[in-house]
Amino acid sequence: MESVVFIFSLIDCCALIFLSVYFIITLSDLECDYINARSCCSKLNKWVVPELIGHTIVTVLMLISLHWFIFLLNLPVATWNIYRFIMVPSGNLGVFDPTEIHNRGQLKSHMKEAMIKLGFHLLCFFMYLYSMILALIND
Amino acid sequence: MSAPAGIPPRPAAVPGGARAPVAAARPPPCQNGPVQNQMQFPFGYGLHLENYSASSRRYPPVPHEAVPSQLNNQYVADYHSACYSIPVQSVMTTSVGPSMLNTQQLYSGAPHPVESAGGLTQGAISSASHLHTSVPQSYSALSSHYSSSTSSSVASQGFPLSSGHYAMPTVSRAVYPNLSYPSMSVGSPYGQVFTSQSLPAVGQFEETNTFPDQSSTVPRTLQQQVPLGYNSTSWSTSDFQSAQDNFSRNNTGSLAKASNQINTVGIVDSSHPVSQNVQFTKPGVETSVVSSAVTSSIRTPVGDHLTEPASVPSNTQPSESLLQEAIDSSSTTSSASPVINNYDALEGGGYPETNSAASSPAPTPQTSRTPKPFGYGYPTLQPGYQNATPSTSAMQPSNPGHHSEFQQYPQYPGVNQLSSTLGGLSLQHSQQPESLRPVNLTQDRNILPVSPVLAPVPNLNSDLRKLNCSPDSFRCTLTNIPQTQALLNKAKLPLGLLLHPFRDLTQLPVITSSTIVRCRSCRTYINPFVSFIDQRRWKCNLCYRVNDVPEEFMYNPLTRSYGEPHKRPEVQNSTVEFIASSDYMLRPPQPAVYLFVLDVSHNAVEAGYLTIVCQSLLENLDKLPGDSRTRIGFITFDSTVQFYNLQEGLSQPQMLIVSDIDDVFLPTPDSLLVNLHESKELIKDLLNALPTMFINTRETHSALGPALQAAFKLMSPTGGRISVFQSQLPSLGAGLLHSREDPNQRSSTKVVQHLGPATDFYKKLALDCSGQQTAVDLFLLSSQYSDLASLACMSKYSAGCIYYYPSFHHSHNPAQAEKLQKDLKRYLTRKIGFEAVMRIRCTKGLSIHTFHGNFFVRSTDLLSLANVNPDAGFAVQMSIEESLTDTSLVCFQTALLYTSSKGERRIRVHTLCLPVVTSLADVYAGADVQAAVCLLANMAVDRSVSSSLSDARDALVNAVVDSLSAYISTASNLQQSSLIAPNSLRLFPLYVLALLKQKAFRTGTSTRLDDRIYAMCQIKSQPLVHLMKMIHPSLYRIDRLTNEGAIHVNDRVVPQPPLQKLSAEKLTREGAFLMDCGSIFYIWIGKSCDNSFIKDVLGYPNYASVPQKLTQLPELDTLSSERARSFISWLRDSRPLNPVLQVIKDESPAKTDFFQHLVEDRTEAAFSYYEFLLHIQQQICK
Repeated sequence: MESVVFIFSLIDCCALIFLSVYFIITLSDLECDYINARSCCSKLNKWVVPELIGHTIVTVLMLISLHWFIFLLNLPVATWNIYRFIMVPSGNLGVFDPTEIHNRGQLKSHMKEAMIKLGFHLLCFFMYLYSMILALIND
Repeated sequence: MSAPAGIPPRPAAVPGGARAPVAAARPPPCQNGPVQNQMQFPFGYGLHLENYSASSRRYPPVPHEAVPSQLNNQYVADYHSACYSIPVQSVMTTSVGPSMLNTQQLYSGAPHPVESAGGLTQGAISSASHLHTSVPQSYSALSSHYSSSTSSSVASQGFPLSSGHYAMPTVSRAVYPNLSYPSMSVGSPYGQVFTSQSLPAVGQFEETNTFPDQSSTVPRTLQQQVPLGYNSTSWSTSDFQSAQDNFSRNNTGSLAKASNQINTVGIVDSSHPVSQNVQFTKPGVETSVVSSAVTSSIRTPVGDHLTEPASVPSNTQPSESLLQEAIDSSSTTSSASPVINNYDALEGGGYPETNSAASSPAPTPQTSRTPKPFGYGYPTLQPGYQNATPSTSAMQPSNPGHHSEFQQYPQYPGVNQLSSTLGGLSLQHSQQPESLRPVNLTQDRNILPVSPVLAPVPNLNSDLRKLNCSPDSFRCTLTNIPQTQALLNKAKLPLGLLLHPFRDLTQLPVITSSTIVRCRSCRTYINPFVSFIDQRRWKCNLCYRVNDVPEEFMYNPLTRSYGEPHKRPEVQNSTVEFIASSDYMLRPPQPAVYLFVLDVSHNAVEAGYLTIVCQSLLENLDKLPGDSRTRIGFITFDSTVQFYNLQEGLSQPQMLIVSDIDDVFLPTPDSLLVNLHESKELIKDLLNALPTMFINTRETHSALGPALQAAFKLMSPTGGRISVFQSQLPSLGAGLLHSREDPNQRSSTKVVQHLGPATDFYKKLALDCSGQQTAVDLFLLSSQYSDLASLACMSKYSAGCIYYYPSFHHSHNPAQAEKLQKDLKRYLTRKIGFEAVMRIRCTKGLSIHTFHGNFFVRSTDLLSLANVNPDAGFAVQMSIEESLTDTSLVCFQTALLYTSSKGERRIRVHTLCLPVVTSLADVYAGADVQAAVCLLANMAVDRSVSSSLSDARDALVNAVVDSLSAYISTASNLQQSSLIAPNSLRLFPLYVLALLKQKAFRTGTSTRLDDRIYAMCQIKSQPLVHLMKMIHPSLYRIDRLTNEGAIHVNDRVVPQPPLQKLSAEKLTREGAFLMDCGSIFYIWIGKSCDNSFIKDVLGYPNYASVPQKLTQLPELDTLSSERARSFISWLRDSRPLNPVLQVIKDESPAKTDFFQHLVEDRTEAAFSYYEFLLHIQQQICK
């Protein structure tokens, strides 16, 4: 059972890593002026909710399977994702707003955030991998 | 103020005519002990406080009550479109024929004369051909938007007059200490500083550069009398002139040599008209016209400095001297250059500063080999002269303050040290002691200069300064750029640019060239600040790449000479316009396309705006900028969307109604936008019919969203301009809004909610439009809350503009109706640029942090502007990413690429060059307080939307507190007990206080949400000049206008009353005051105002008979009426949107509108200026 949880987490984590990389690539494209803000933001906004769901599922799964440490590790990031999604002002087009993204260094902070998430997911990836192997061995 | 008896602790606004009383009113500066002075000020303020509280009791705010709409009456049976009842069909054809039109006799059809700069410009330019630069031709044709400019030589100067005139006080600054404190011991450090300043006034200029930031508070008389020891008691132009003459005559002998060598170089202000035909016969003596009028004239240096050979240094650093050399030689020789107006040595050498100050806003004494007439001394001013100074109210300025300061702190070491350090550190050859002179704000009460505040001049060498961009188009908050971000952080001042790129220019070099020379790596356009390494190579001033000079560029079409690339107009002017080739087009240039989307719901019809809009359109139909391809279309909407088929060949316009607003579609895609010229008759028919067509409508709903979607669909193939007229909250279909305003919260001091949009519909639409090169301009004519915060998005992100007419009604509110009419006239006829993009480039190391304005930021430095109009201003915040150690100059370049209404692709390029400094003191010395305040206002708008209003207010106050405390801590030996600001920032607290009391940011005073949002929109999109008027209006006393100091515009004498500070203390019951708030003029008439003023100017026998609502001054044949009218029309001419005039009697209820602008007074919810200063001081001491 435990191995199933971690296998799922591992897959989910892989997806999240890919998503983070995608975010970083798209944002750096915008930074380098390869795409315009409108298309960049619409591309990214599409993936905000999947990312949020994917990460929340893992977090909840960890809670259910009573892996407290991993759950607590995931909790802040999951909370941040949800908070960011909820706090989007009603007039904005999403978490990434094309009219705002070039202002007040938002692009940089988005970039930083994506980087941090990538690091976090990589960390989680190895943790899940280790836990999965451990669980498989224990089985 | 209706109870002036207790008010003035010192005589307020003693008019220019009466000269004696100053000395009586003010303690003679040299005799007062410090103790007396100390006591005097608190006492004065104490008095004010009493009065303020009285005033706040007396003038309770008038509650803003929404005019109830009358939606439910007037249901008329013969409502024309019975077709609404047919549900199945969604498209209907209704005839809008003459049968409906026969009652149309509204239009007398006499079109108003409209100056169309755009037309002229483009007309001229399109005629210019092939490779030649069309500069000379276009100048003559470009003439001026402000039609006054060309007619006469002197008078043609237009507005610049003021600057020239106002710049006069500059002079006095240097001289000032000598006269004010004649008995001052030279040994005292305070005195020394000034003495050293006053020396340059004699002509020793190569070391002490100039005093750029001297919007002086010193009375004008001083400067005339003082240097000359001359006995003139008036300061009229003629006297001034004669004084000058006399002076020059007296000194010609000794200074003849100097007069040939000292060339006073005015800043090149290419935007101002040059009076080509002013003849100066006596170079040494002439000042008569110059002194008052020739602000804009450009003086080029005489060829005295050209002795150095134009050698080719091959070092990698930009060669300053070479650059200078190049510029020098070119400016003297290229006679075809537009800005050339060579007259040498014009202002009598011995005292050059006077004239340079009088003739240009930026006096730049430029002497390379000037003999220093050290021996020349000023006759000291005798005490008697001080009595003779005209007692304008603003003349008390700093005298008492300084004086007391001086006496209080006789051992005052700071300044001297400071300036000596400065001298060592500053960039080239100058120190700017004036802008750094510490001003004690709490004691120095009259800090507002008598004349408008001018932009500080960057501390560059005179050649670069001369070439630099006009501050009207391009201004930086810090004219000395700090070298590192750390230094900038220390200074606590915002760094940013304020742009007005598409300003109506009277003079603009237009360059037609097959190759536009640009840097190959950063794509910077070649500009005056590049350096030519040799004949064939130039070095980019932004990225330092060395580029080749193309063959074509070697030929100079102006001089018809070969091999002088540095004399090309591109390198001679910092503002140029290129006609772009097809490389700059993504598609063929679009035609001018105008679509009008009109609200015809009951509310709108009741307000009666349709008549005005249609009439304005009819009058200006021929003046709409465009060519033979111009297209126009109309959409009206209530609960359905109505289209108008205007296809040529139809006998009458056809109305097509689409009632399916959930999925709106175009009934006939190709005949809704029609060629203006081909279908002109149909369009006229429609415009005549429209106002009456819906007169009996019962439809109260407004489907704005679907109408906009339809408009977008209609416009997307071409792009163009959508003008939306909306009169209420959209209530149907996509983008419907709900009322979010709680009237009880209007005067809340706590949270102001709903500053942001409620829906993203309008933003999305705007971005779609922007992508299709369509701009949406919003005219909101509403009496109730209409959620401007949401609606404004459609214009904000599509580079449109927003106009708001609160409680508009054609008959109940004639002032608004008049305003709409005038705004429309300007709106319809002003220049327009389509499918524009603007890129802002800056020297490597600087980067743009945030943009402010109406546009969409497409990439890091590229702004997408679907339309650009001459009234749009922009602001950007900058940050310093890498330290600027390897450069002494930074440059900013904006390039605006647009399609003119004639279908030409054009690029307008502005380049600004600023010095880099390493010391904090230099940063403060170069601070441009107006630009800083405008940038802060922009930032505060962002903050209040993204965070909260109180956050934004705190941030504004903190900006002052931080910068002043940082300044105080740099000058550590300043006494901590008082609030000291550098002279350059002395108006900072005042402006920030004004900002806090501005509609956008005020709390506690009842402010409707829409009014607030509109003020915020304006802050974001207005250019600096207009924004400053909005923030800090100008107050003039106009009941005793005299011709003293008057300027001449178009053979008209325009009096120049001194600026009054915005305090009820300045109002007297006997006077009449004009307040210029940018978009509105108030004339306040005191209760016991002189009957002769009321009779001669207002045309009424006495005060009682003046009506409550007076919006015009009658044309009376009296001198005072003429003066008042010429002054007001002169003020009016200086801005694009015609301000409305409102005469306010002292007891009329409208006077709260007037009194709310008196920002220095206390209101029930906000500090007075003095309290604000104390508050800041408290914060600093914390």
